[in-house]
Amino acid sequence: MASKPLQKLTESLLQGNRRALSRLLSYVENEREGVDDVLAALFPHTGKAWIIGITGAPGTGKSSLVNTLAKAYRAHGTTVGIIAVDPTSPFSGGAILGDRIRMRDLSGDAGVFIRSMATRGSLGGLARATRDAIRVLDAAGFDLVLVETVGAGQSEVDIVRTAHTTVLVEAPGLGDDVQAIKAGILEIADILVVNKADRPGVKKTVAALKAMLELGHPASLGQLVAHHGRLLPVEDKANGRNAETPMWIPPIVQTIALETTGIDDLMTVIEAHRNHLVDAKIFAQIERQQIEIELHDRLRETLMRRFLQDIDDAILADVIAQIQARRLAPQTAIEQLLRHM
Amino acid sequence: MAIRVLIAKPGLDGHDRGAKVIARALRDAGMEVIYTGLRQTPEMIAEAALQEDVDVVGLSILSGAHLALVPRIRELMIANEMGDVPILIGGIIPDEDKAKLQEMGVTGIFGPGASTDEIIDFINTIVKDGDGFEAASKTD
Ligand SMILES: Nc1nc2c(ncn2[C@@H]2O[C@H](COP(=O)(O)OP(=O)(O)OP(=O)(O)O)[C@@H](O)[C@H]2O)c(=O)[nH]1
Ligand SMILES: [Mg+2]
Repeated sequence: MASKPLQKLTESLLQGNRRALSRLLSYVENEREGVDDVLAALFPHTGKAWIIGITGAPGTGKSSLVNTLAKAYRAHGTTVGIIAVDPTSPFSGGAILGDRIRMRDLSGDAGVFIRSMATRGSLGGLARATRDAIRVLDAAGFDLVLVETVGAGQSEVDIVRTAHTTVLVEAPGLGDDVQAIKAGILEIADILVVNKADRPGVKKTVAALKAMLELGHPASLGQLVAHHGRLLPVEDKANGRNAETPMWIPPIVQTIALETTGIDDLMTVIEAHRNHLVDAKIFAQIERQQIEIELHDRLRETLMRRFLQDIDDAILADVIAQIQARRLAPQTAIEQLLRHM
Repeated sequence: MAIRVLIAKPGLDGHDRGAKVIARALRDAGMEVIYTGLRQTPEMIAEAALQEDVDVVGLSILSGAHLALVPRIRELMIANEMGDVPILIGGIIPDEDKAKLQEMGVTGIFGPGASTDEIIDFINTIVKDGDGFEAASKTD
């Protein structure tokens, strides 16, 4: 059970205290001792928020879009928690977290809470910290949690896997190709946004995205499922689809995040996606899959930590030396090391 | 774990070059800098400090409005249970105002002549870890 001060903090959080919320988010990020007990205590209060991942190349307007979208949701009375992730400098370990600059419109609203996070160390660590931070916001009672990440690779894919709806933001004029194609992130997008629709080249960007979708799309759902990793496994491969689970085709929405152009459309498709998941009863399966991924992640982290705690540094050093001297293959080394567990 | 610093620019003047230089220097010193940009009201600053759970609040003030802005920010931070979070000020502060600012709870004041190293050292000294800080004081 959590210590007294942590217990009090947990109670304050559940009562809506913002200072408690902000402290707990730090504890989660810093993996402070006892925080696992807090998260366990909060867990029964989670599972209510809808989680939306907003990802895309640098500068496409993600923060601006979060700002405008959150404001629109607030107008409907929906409360919004926001997590904005920016990269840690690999050289210094420091970071400049600047997403709030674009979210000024949300200040002074008790129905909004914005937290900036640096990617910090390991990729797995970030996925864990983000997942836990989302849960804390969820337990704090926010209806919606928006998670902004730079769509640059595996870490983003990991984060996005914890979202219910993933929005990929593109913008015209960022190069010849659509940015996401290189990152291989298109497969995980539920909604595609072409932001900066006031800029030249919008049509070209939309066309490129359409072409990409068609390439990956109707011919082989089996393939899409494998790539996507979050749709239902296809039972009726002969027909190309399972009759009971209509397929979600990612819609393309054009927005101007600095105004409100396209924001209503975006809210509509987000709602449609949510309804799709719930109606098609895919939701439970996605959730199950996400839990499985989370358990694997946690197991991996915990086993690794325990192993490194248990193993004698000298043994590890010796094994490394033997491998370097080509006396031992890395594959055989693992078997040897595991015997020490 | 990284020290988290809010760098904010209250008041109406439109120059944030100095604030950006500091932000970058702090990042290069391994800190996480939450940068909020120009024309922040005291309410916005206190709110950002709260949501981001920062260890230090750094204010860049060139407008001369420090005696009006600082007490309000401090008051709001105390109301947010953040009275123990040190406030540092960078900018042009007349000597006769420095004592007043310290009385208002400002922990450090850095003029245009202060080096970024000096500021980094100062932050590293006053912030023991993410959970508290040692009382210290500094003017130049
Ligand atoms: N013309 C135009 N500019 C926009 C639009 N949306 C955002 N911008 C501008 O694009 C720039 C980047 O916007 P951000 O919202 O910071 O983009 P971001 O994707 O969050 O950027 P990172 O977090 O750095 O990856 C800013 O100068 C915005 O003002 C838009 O719809 N039209
Ligand atoms: Mg951003």
